[in-house]
Amino acid sequence: MQWEFNSDRAIYAQIIEQMKLFIVSGTLKPGDKVASVRELASEAGVNPNTMQKALSELERSGLLFSNRTSGRFITEDESMIQNIKNELAKENIENFLKNMEKIGFDKKQTAELILNFEKRG
Amino acid sequence: MNEIIMQCNALCKNYSGKQALKNLNLSIKRGRIIGLLGPNGSGKTTLIKIANALLTPSSGQILINDKNPGIESKRNVAYLSDCVCLPDWMKVGELVEFFASYYDNFVTQKAYEMINNLNIDTNVRLKTLSKGNKEKVQLILVMSRDADLYLLDEPMGGVDPATRDYILNTIISNYRENSSVVISTHLIADVENILDEVIFINNGEIVLQDMVDNIREKQGKSVDMLFREVFRC
Repeated sequence: MQWEFNSDRAIYAQIIEQMKLFIVSGTLKPGDKVASVRELASEAGVNPNTMQKALSELERSGLLFSNRTSGRFITEDESMIQNIKNELAKENIENFLKNMEKIGFDKKQTAELILNFEKRG
Repeated sequence: MNEIIMQCNALCKNYSGKQALKNLNLSIKRGRIIGLLGPNGSGKTTLIKIANALLTPSSGQILINDKNPGIESKRNVAYLSDCVCLPDWMKVGELVEFFASYYDNFVTQKAYEMINNLNIDTNVRLKTLSKGNKEKVQLILVMSRDADLYLLDEPMGGVDPATRDYILNTIISNYRENSSVVISTHLIADVENILDEVIFINNGEIVLQDMVDNIREKQGKSVDMLFREVFRC
């Protein structure tokens, strides 16, 4: 898995975001076993404690569940994954609209632009 | 087991009138990877050398596992010096055996595994290796010990980015939950993703000690950026 971190936000928060992306994009599928903390930390080049913190957080939110003897797994609750997907979509749209506003397009104008853009293919 | 593995109380070190460490108070907890960051001449190496009983404090105290640095503490402290201090005429395999004979917590098999993974021939002499491979071999020897505290003085000095990644990965994958790793370096951007905590040291004094995620959350900037601000020349 390809990890990327920017430098101005807490790393555990960025791990959580990227794990969510891996899950909604299907890189990690429902019911898949998640690699160990040590393996993931080594792959992402981060501190194992930080990886542990991020995975615990994901577990608390229900996206991961752990089986005491055999490790951590991705949730099989598809509706939960769909929720995350919607959440991410909303965030992306908000950011996009904010950026469009900065360059002088209001929501309506932006919506028109998108429709025209789609028609042109 | 004591939660604090290393403790400095009003630690001072003077070199012929110059104060290298000024009244330093510091505690290092178990289970963390800690960056000891500061400009050249800030006292990083002095502190690490005192912790290894290679220098003695002028006044004040340093405790490793509640004991003064000495034979007993060296058992539990694995030290990577900032220069190549091993006999370089020795073959890599001989160095492994040398370390194994010195330290009862040295895991010989682990060392050979890591050396084999790098395709380094154990029959070649240390001095014939490239700078990067010398650094790697030294780090492998240090990280193959089951120590409580790893003190790594400039583990990535003058090596290429791929070797830096290898060194960081070796540190991550060998680090254990109840031990701590202290890394002194200038290459902050390279190490900051693997650090739990940072200590900024300047002119022999602690300027800041905090968790990396706290710094990023509170200041909204990386440790590297913060360092550049604090130590602007």
